[in-house]
Amino acid sequence: MPSFLTPDFGLLFWMLIAFLVVFVLLAKYGFPVITDMVEKRKAYIDESLAAARQANEKLANIKAECQAMIQETQTRQSQILKEAGHTRDQIVEEAKQKAQQEANRILEDARRQIKAETEKAQRDMRSQVADLSIQIAAKILSRSLQKDEEQMQWVDRILDQVAEKK
Amino acid sequence: MRTSRYVILCLLTMVLLSLSLGAVASTGGDEDKIDVQEIVMGHTGDAHEWHITTIDKHHVSIPLPVIVMSNDGSWHCFMSSAFHHSADGKHNGFFIPTEGENKDKVCEIVDGREERVKLDLSLTKNVVQLWIVVILMLLIFIGSARWYRNKKADSDAPKGFVGLVEMFVMMVNDDVIKACVGEKHYKRYAPYLLTAFFFIFLSNLLGLVPIFPGGANLTGNIAITFVLAMFTFFAINLFGNREYWLEIFWPKVPTWLKCPVPMMPVIELFGILTKPFALMVRLFANIFAGHAIVLSLTCVIFISCKLGAVIGAGLSGVSVVMIIFMDCLELLVAFIQAYVFTMLSAIFIGLAHPEEHHE
Repeated sequence: MPSFLTPDFGLLFWMLIAFLVVFVLLAKYGFPVITDMVEKRKAYIDESLAAARQANEKLANIKAECQAMIQETQTRQSQILKEAGHTRDQIVEEAKQKAQQEANRILEDARRQIKAETEKAQRDMRSQVADLSIQIAAKILSRSLQKDEEQMQWVDRILDQVAEKK
Repeated sequence: MRTSRYVILCLLTMVLLSLSLGAVASTGGDEDKIDVQEIVMGHTGDAHEWHITTIDKHHVSIPLPVIVMSNDGSWHCFMSSAFHHSADGKHNGFFIPTEGENKDKVCEIVDGREERVKLDLSLTKNVVQLWIVVILMLLIFIGSARWYRNKKADSDAPKGFVGLVEMFVMMVNDDVIKACVGEKHYKRYAPYLLTAFFFIFLSNLLGLVPIFPGGANLTGNIAITFVLAMFTFFAINLFGNREYWLEIFWPKVPTWLKCPVPMMPVIELFGILTKPFALMVRLFANIFAGHAIVLSLTCVIFISCKLGAVIGAGLSGVSVVMIIFMDCLELLVAFIQAYVFTMLSAIFIGLAHPEEHHE
């Protein structure tokens, strides 16, 4: 067999040692450090991408929410304005009615009072006129007349006749 | 314009270089014939010294330590340059024959016969190259891993060299290991497969550098690929699950294929060994062949220059172009072979974890 096909024991021995040394050292301090860090970096990038995507989604959601809120507020506003107008009209109407009623009542009262006053004045006047007439008549006739019921009725009759004549 | 001027310059340099080489070769005389096989085998094989060049028949090389246990059980340790200090090339009775069946091995004389030493743990060219690769790998990857200390998941990604290392590691990790072993189990095997990939890749690349820090034919040596394949063998079989062993010893085939004569189990058992064997031979043969082709093409220059200046110049030009092409191809092969070894190891490991059949 040619010499290059027979493995040399010395070289085998040294290769075994050298390869084991380089393998153990690199397996411990070399390759895993590099691959682990790259893997960690990859995981971090993936995480960041997911977080960014989530944030974007949230932002879009917030925008939609804002839009919805504005819409709702606007409808509420118009509704409230409408209601307020309605209430205002109602209050004004009610106030008007109440005022009308009050005015009517006051007028009625005044009228009634005026009537009562007139009647009272007429009555007073009548009695005074009667008194005066009696006194005048008494003085004129120089006779004192007793103011009994019969006489009073008589005077009243005369006065009524006077009033009718008027 | 510029590029064409460069091309002309290159061609001129090549012609002049080959002419001068021809002159050198012709002055050497006829006695030193060029033995291509010798050159190729010498450069692709292992050696006890790191040969750099030969100037005027004087070898310039880096001496390497020789550590041997002689046949009487005693250990000896000395530099390989000690062989050249004595006239007969012997040191303490040890010598390296230049021919015969013990060529390039440390030998000694026992009972008047040439005998190999009992144990040779010398730091040969390949062993030194091996440790250079190991140190380079530790520097590159532990150096890069240090960058990650005090870094959090939200720190910036690394730039520059560490960024390159990270990209390369993650490419192998995600596209080869995770894809071939499967999401579920790949984490346990990733360190081994990554180590194997970068070990093979760096060894291949350093093998293409022609002078000192590189140049040894590491992954084109069967001992190296044997150990790598052995690691893969253990990675496959030590952690294989119940389904995997069931498929080997009791595969889903007609009963007569496995019951009286265990035909299929024998074939499957054989398959356990052929998988890592194929890995070993593929890597070894590809890199060995690449080195052999580049060296042979280089030899063409010296052979053709012996034939004459004109033929030498012409063939040298062709040969240099071919060498450049081969080196570029070998760069590609350096990556592809590392990739293929890792990918096939990953696939075999993945096959040792079959999902349970829900039928």
